[in-house]
Amino acid sequence: MTLAKEILSTTATKAFLSILMGFLVGAIFMMVSGQDVAKAWEAGGFLDALGAALTTVGDGYSALFRGSIYNTRADDLVTALRPLTETLRLAGPLIAAGLGISLGFRVGLFNIGGNGQMLFGILWATWISTRVELPLVIHMVVALVVAILGAALWGALVGYLKAQTGAHEVILTIMLNYVAISLFTWFIRSPDLLQQESAGGTPKADAPALTAQLPALFPGTYALHLGFVLAVLATVTYWWLMERSVIGYRFRMVGHNPHAARTAGISVERTYVLAMAVSAAFVGVAGANQALGTQVGYTETVHASIGFDGITVALLGGGNAWGIFFAGLLFGAFKAGGPQMQVIGVSPEVLSIVQGAIVLFIAAPPLVKAMFRLPTLSSTPALDRLRSRLSKKGVQA
Amino acid sequence: MKLELEGMTKRFGSVVANDDISLVVEPGQIHSLLGENGAGKSTLMNLLFGLYRPDAGRILLDGAETSFTGPGDAMAAGIGMVHQHFMLVPVFSVAENVVLGNEPTTSIGSLDLDVAREKVREISARFGFDIDPDAIIEDLPVGIQQRVEIVKALARDAKILILDEPTAVLTPQETDELMGIMRQLAGEGTSIVFITHKLREVKAVADVVTVIRGGKVIDSVSPETPIGELASLMVGREVDLTVDKKAPKTGDVVLKFTDVVVVDDRQQRVIDGVTLDVRAGEVLCVAGVEGNGQTALAETLLGLRAVTSGKIELAGKDITDDRVKEVLASGVGYVPEDRKKDGLVADFTIQENFMLDGSFGPPWAKGLSIDFATREERSDELIEQFDIRTPGAHTLVKKLSGGNQQKVVVARELSRELKLFIAAQPTRGVDVGSIEFIHERIIQTRDAGIPVVIISTELDEVFSLADRIAVMYRGKIVGIVPPTTSRENIGQMMAGILPEGVAA
Repeated sequence: MTLAKEILSTTATKAFLSILMGFLVGAIFMMVSGQDVAKAWEAGGFLDALGAALTTVGDGYSALFRGSIYNTRADDLVTALRPLTETLRLAGPLIAAGLGISLGFRVGLFNIGGNGQMLFGILWATWISTRVELPLVIHMVVALVVAILGAALWGALVGYLKAQTGAHEVILTIMLNYVAISLFTWFIRSPDLLQQESAGGTPKADAPALTAQLPALFPGTYALHLGFVLAVLATVTYWWLMERSVIGYRFRMVGHNPHAARTAGISVERTYVLAMAVSAAFVGVAGANQALGTQVGYTETVHASIGFDGITVALLGGGNAWGIFFAGLLFGAFKAGGPQMQVIGVSPEVLSIVQGAIVLFIAAPPLVKAMFRLPTLSSTPALDRLRSRLSKKGVQA
Repeated sequence: MKLELEGMTKRFGSVVANDDISLVVEPGQIHSLLGENGAGKSTLMNLLFGLYRPDAGRILLDGAETSFTGPGDAMAAGIGMVHQHFMLVPVFSVAENVVLGNEPTTSIGSLDLDVAREKVREISARFGFDIDPDAIIEDLPVGIQQRVEIVKALARDAKILILDEPTAVLTPQETDELMGIMRQLAGEGTSIVFITHKLREVKAVADVVTVIRGGKVIDSVSPETPIGELASLMVGREVDLTVDKKAPKTGDVVLKFTDVVVVDDRQQRVIDGVTLDVRAGEVLCVAGVEGNGQTALAETLLGLRAVTSGKIELAGKDITDDRVKEVLASGVGYVPEDRKKDGLVADFTIQENFMLDGSFGPPWAKGLSIDFATREERSDELIEQFDIRTPGAHTLVKKLSGGNQQKVVVARELSRELKLFIAAQPTRGVDVGSIEFIHERIIQTRDAGIPVVIISTELDEVFSLADRIAVMYRGKIVGIVPPTTSRENIGQMMAGILPEGVAA
C-alpha cells in the first residue's frame, strides 16, 4: 500500500474532485445558456461554437476570479484586493453556521433550524443594539453575547423537546424556524417593540447603534469587519471542542453509538440538549455577523438563509474544522463574485448550480470514487503510523 | 441430494476468506463444519446460498454443476438454511411465515392460508412437532421458533439443510431434541450441514467433521476423534480447555440483591423477585437460556433499567436508584453482552475506546481537555498487558477481530479500581486463544479479592469458571447450586424445574 494511494483515498481528495466536477457542471450550463455559442453555431458550425463556448466559460470564471479574489482590472492594489476582503466578509457567517451544523452532524443531529436560531438570537441582539445605550466596545460585546445566547436557547429548546418527547429534531427545527421568523416579524412590526420609527406599516428594524456595530478592520477602505475574526475564533474553538476536549469526545461518542455512550454512564438526553445548544451557538455567531455587521436597518430576511447554506458548507467541510473554514471561504467567494459574472452577462444562478453540484458529488461519494477510480482502503496503516507520530509530537510540544 | 463443493475461493480485497475449500456431503449425512468465529464457515455458506459470488470453485448438486445468483435460486434447487438469527416476521402467524416468499394463492389471486396451514400440520406431524399453524411467532418460545424455521425450509422441499449455530439459543434439553430431529431428517435422506464451534455437539450428532481454520479445510475427521484433538485442529495449536483455579478464598458479601423486581415498558416482569449475595473472592455464574432475565439483571445493577421494587447494595451502600455514571464511579466494572452495540464505539480508535467510561476525570481527562500524553502511555500499557493484537493504539476498533475487540472492553473495565466485576457473555464470538486469556483474567480478578459475576449461556464456560451457579428462568432465580451439580440437573433448572435432591 503506497502513500499515494492513501492520499487519493482521503476525504480531502474527494472534496477537491467534487469541487472540480461542480465547476465542470457549471461550465456546461454556461455554454448551453450563452447566446454567443448559439450565434457562433449558426454562423460557422461546430468549431466556431466550441471556440465561443470555451471563451464564454473562460470569461465567466475569470469574472468570478475578479469578483472574489483579485481584480486584475483595478488601477491600484487597494482596489484590486477589495474582492478578496468581500469574500472574507461574506464567508464569515457561512463558516460560523457551517461549524454549528457540522457539530450537530457529529452528534447525530440534523439541525436544519439555523435560520430560526439566528433570528431568535438577532431578536435580542437587535434589542440591545437599537434600544439600549452602552459604552463603546461593551455595547458591541453585549449585543454579540446576546445574539449567541439567544440562538443557543432556541437550539436547546429543540434538544429538550427531543429528549423529553422523542420528537425528531428535523421536524422540530423546521417548525421552530416558522415560529422564530414570525416572532421576529411581529417584533419589528410593532412600534412599541423593535420597529423603526420611519418604517410606517412595514416591518423593519433600526440600524444597530454605532457603538454596537462590529467594527471595520480597515475603516474607510474595506467593508470587512470583526465578523471574520469571530469566524476564525469560532473555527479554533470548534477544533478544540471536537478534537481535544472531553465534551466533544462525548458528543462524538453519542453521535457514533448512543447505546455505548449510555452504558458508559453518559446521559444521552442531556448530551442532545447541550449539543443542540452549542450547535445553535455557532449559528448565533453567524446571526451576530448579519445583524451587527450592517449599517442599515433590516427585515426578517436578515438571516439570508445562512442556516441552510451552513448545511452545504458543513457537508463540503466534512466535519473537520479547517475543512469547514475553506468550504465557507469558497461559498463566500461565490457570493462575492456573483455580481461580476452578471456584469459580463453570465447569469449568477450558474454559481448556485455549481454549489449544488459540489454538494451533490460530496453527498454521493461512491459516484466521485467511481468517476475517478479512486482506491478504497480497508485499512490505512501508514496513516495510522503518521497519526500516532503526529499526536506523540503534539504531546511533547 | 449429494452436495459437492470444489475449490471454493472467495477473496475480500487482500483477505482470502475461503481458500480452495472442497467438501462432499453425502445424501442423508450430517456433516459438521467446525471452526472458530472468523474461520470462514459463514462465508462458505453464503457462497453456497448465492449471497456471495465465488472467485473460483464449483458447486455440484447430485453431480450437476450449478450456480446461484441469490437465495431464491438456492431454495429452488433444494437448499434450505436456518440462520443463527431467525428470519421470521414476529407479528405473523406460523403459517404465514412458512409460506412467505412462496405464497399459495386461490384462483382469484388472494392468499390461500388453508394450504399453508395444511402444510405446517403435515410437516409437524411427520416429525412429531407440536406447532399450531395459527400461533403468532413472537408468542412462541425460541426453541419452537427454530422448528418453524426448519418447517419453513422443509415446506420448500429442501434436500439439503444448513443449520448455522443452531444451538446457541437452546437449553440442553432442547439441544438434545434438535439433535433427534436432525437424525430423523438424515434418516429420511436429507443432507445436513451443521455449523458450530461446540465440540460436544459435534461429537454427539455428526457423521463427518470438517475442520476449517483461516479459510482453509484443515482436515476431515471422524466424530470419534477425542475432544482435545478436535480443539487443537480448530485452533491450530495445543489448547487447554480447563481453567486453572484454586479453591476460592471468599470474604464479605459485597453485592446484595434483595427481592428486586423490574417491570419493563411492556409491563413484563423481566426481573421477578431476585435475591442474591455475592462475596468477595468468588465467581458467581448466572446461567440460563437467553432471554430469561440475565441480561436485565446486569443492566439493572448498572442503572440502565429502573428498579420497580427491592434493593441493591454494593459494599454496604444502597445503589438501587443510582444512575449509570454513579454506579461505575462506585467501582463496578461491566462487560456488556453485545460489545458492538453497548461496549465499543466501532468508529473510535482503541485509545478512544479505552476512555469510554473515563471521560469524567483522571487519568484520561485533565479538566475539560483529554489528557493526551497519559492516554498514549496508558493505552500502550493496556495493549501490552492484555495482549491486544493491533498495529497500534490509533487503529479503529472496527478493524480488530472479535477476540481483540473483547480484550479492549475487558482491559478497559479491569483497569479501573474495582469493587465488583460483572461480565455478560464475556467470550461470545471470541477465538479460543482469547477465551483462555479472558478466563485467566477473570480468575485473577477473583483471586485479587474482587467479587465476579459472569452471565453466560454457554454451560462449558459456566462450569469452568463458577464457584457457585445461579440458574435463571423467566426472571426468577430457580436455584443457586455448586459447580459439582450435573449438567442434566442444570439443564432442568434452565427449563424452570428444580430437580429433586438438588440443594437450592
